[in-house]
Order: sequence, then structure tokens, then C-alpha cells
Amino acid sequence: MLRRLCLAAFTLALVALSPALRAEPVAADSFVRQLSGEMLDALKADKASQTGEVGRIRALVDAKVMPNVNFQRMTASAVGPQWRSANPDQQKRMLEVFKSLLVNTYAGALTQVKDQTINVKPLRGNADQTELVVRTEVRGKGDAIQLDYRLEKAGESWKIYDINVGGFWLVDAYKGQFAKDLANGGIDALINALAEKSKSMAASTKS
Amino acid sequence: MNTMGWRRGATAMAWSALLLVSGCATLTPSGPPTPADPWEGFNRQVFAFNEVLDRAALKPAALAYQAVVPEWLRTGVSNVFGNLGDVWSSVNLLLQAKPRAALEMGIRVGTNTLFGVGGFFDAADELGLERHGYEDFGLTLGFWGVGSGPYLMLPFFGPSSVRDGSARLLDEGLSGPNLVLHRARERNVAAVLRVLDTRVHLLTAGQVLDGIALDKYTLLRDAYLARRRSQVYDGEPPEEAAPAASK
Repeated sequence: MLRRLCLAAFTLALVALSPALRAEPVAADSFVRQLSGEMLDALKADKASQTGEVGRIRALVDAKVMPNVNFQRMTASAVGPQWRSANPDQQKRMLEVFKSLLVNTYAGALTQVKDQTINVKPLRGNADQTELVVRTEVRGKGDAIQLDYRLEKAGESWKIYDINVGGFWLVDAYKGQFAKDLANGGIDALINALAEKSKSMAASTKS
Repeated sequence: MNTMGWRRGATAMAWSALLLVSGCATLTPSGPPTPADPWEGFNRQVFAFNEVLDRAALKPAALAYQAVVPEWLRTGVSNVFGNLGDVWSSVNLLLQAKPRAALEMGIRVGTNTLFGVGGFFDAADELGLERHGYEDFGLTLGFWGVGSGPYLMLPFFGPSSVRDGSARLLDEGLSGPNLVLHRARERNVAAVLRVLDTRVHLLTAGQVLDGIALDKYTLLRDAYLARRRSQVYDGEPPEEAAPAASK
């Protein structure tokens, strides 16, 4: 009994002291593997998602994915030069409307998840890079879909700042969509357009 | 006129329309001009036509097909078209001097034709011989350094470019059901099935695109050009410019 207790204490001490187990930096590919694995499991577990209830999935995306996204950076890149000349209030409103649109879109796409698996490709480049690309492939029925992530180092972990679906970076996609409103009416026009869009989306997905 | 003739006619029409437009420069530019899309005015009109056609006929037909035909049968039909597409991919991989990938694709075709009952089952996929994407002649030209040229919205077929649109003339003749079907009637049935199959696969993507789009035309264009560029480089295109690093 005593021996077992000693052993347990010893193991505990070993674990606590072991540098390998103490706040070890997470490799970028394991970060992606873990995050997408958790998402897939949660989606599969959530029966509601199979019937396509967007509200539940939206909550899931908000809770699990968004904390791992540098959303400010995504927004700034998509808006471009006008981001820096926008005042704090405009920036705040822009972040809000863009976020709700993005979460809606993403949640809508996730309603289609059924029996997919994610294959994370081996990392390339130096281990000490602070920004890198992790490539993955979503396999399900039919052809594999390319899904890549741009990651930046955030403390011991990573944050996503761009996603590539089938060869198309999301920030580039939005940059192209924002250009016209920004050119014609500045950031306020863009905020209004996005708010309208969100409203019409919410109306069409609510059931 | 049979369907193939009709489709050829459509392609010919697109080309004559194109010639017409390149003669009279721009029609109605909207928003900031894009170097990759000098014929935006014309392209937008074709796009509007395609959208009407899709809403009135293609999408409803695809939804009906999806509702009526059981999934196993639709998957089988998809697999047969996929197998025929793989033949042409294999040829293009060879033309791109990628003998290993071409051979793998060839083995995939052989496996599916023999053990997958003419391609109805994707037996090769079960064995780990996955398809990594389709290769067409436009990508082969791209591989050898031919730029995509101006963006071009084709009637019926959708987003394309001068390079891909021209290459498509060859793709249409040398890939797909025409490889194995010779009677006009059979070809027509196959052509209709293929359109339905393609459209069903795009139903989800369409939803997601509608969610992102403030202007669907530019979104489709940007997506098409980015995707083709990525495909030319096998999914890893060189950076055009460093992504804006901002706070």
C-alpha cells in the first residue's frame, strides 16, 4: 500500500518536473489536428447538427473555433488600408458584423458534415517559424477538399488568421467582396451592407 | 439537333459573342476595374443569363434528381463519370511530364473499370488509390506556362478563361461519356445525367457562396481564378504578395 502510494507520488513528481510535459509548445500541425478533431467529434455527437439546425452549430463555432482565430487580423487584412483610418467605433462595428456573417457562413457549411475525416499533411519549414501554413484534406464521400490554415504563434499555441478552401483564401475572398462598397461609400457603407446580408441570412436559415 | 450538337453550338456562340465583345471594348463596367477581367460588362451579362437559366431549369432539375434517384445510384453514376474523367486526367498528367502520377491514375482507372463494374463502384478508393483531383487540358497548358488570359464567363458552362475555355473544346471531345458512347441517343442521355450530377454536387457550395457573397459575380470570378491558379501548382502556388501583416 505504502509502496504504491510512494510510486504514485514519485510519478506525480516526475510528471510535474518533466520539462517535456510542462507547457510544451504545441506543434502547429497537432494544433490543427486537435481542433478539427474536436469539431468533428462535437458535430457528430450533436444530433441536432445532423438535421441541420444552424443555431446549435453556430454556438459550437463560437465556443470552440472563434477563440482560436485572430479575428481582428482577418478583418484588418480583408478591409485593407481603410482599416487603419477607421475610428475605434467603426472598427468595433465592423468586427461585430463581419464576425456574425463569418460564423453564420461557417456554421452553414458545417451542417453538411457527416462522415468526413481530416488528413493533416506533414509540416514543412522550420520548427521555430512564427507564421506558417498547415495543409489538410477533408475526405468524405466524393473527392477530397483542400483545407489549409495560416497560423500565427500565440504564446505556446497558435491562432488561425486565414483559411483556404479548395485553393481560395478566405481573406482574399472577402477582400474582393468588400472592394466595391469600400470604394463607393467607405467603411460605413460596407458595415451597412454586411449588416443587411447578416439579416437576410438569419431570416433564411431560421426555421 | 442533338445535345452534343447543341452544346457545340453553345460553345461556338460563346466564341462569336466573345469576338464581338473584344471588338467593341467595354460595355458596362461596375466597381473598380480588375486587370484579370477586362470584359466584365459582357461577362456580367452572360452571368445574368446563366443565373436565370439555373434558377428556372438546372437547379430545380437537380433537386428533383436528388429527391427521386436513391443515393447509391447517384453515387454510382458519379463514379462512372469520375472514372471516365480519370482517363483524361491520366493523359494530362503524362502531358505534364508527371509519369508517376499518370501511372497511379491509370492504375486507378484499371482497378475501377475491372473491379468496380465499369467504374460504378470506386474500388480503387477503398484500396487507398485516391483521386487527388481532375486534370484537364487547361491545367496542362498552365503547367507549361500559358497564362490564363482574360476571365471569361461562358454561357451554360459558367466561369472560365480564354486559356481554359479554348482547352475545353479539346476536353469536351476527349473526355467523359463520349469516349465510350457512340450513338447520339446514348450520348444525349449521358449528357443530361452529367449535368444533373454536376449540379447536385454544387448545391452545397452554392449555399456557402450565397452566404459569403455581397456580389456573387466577383466572388465566383475570384474563386475560379484562385482555384485554377492553385491547381496549376498542385495546391501550392507561390505567394503573389505577402499577406497583409497588420495588427
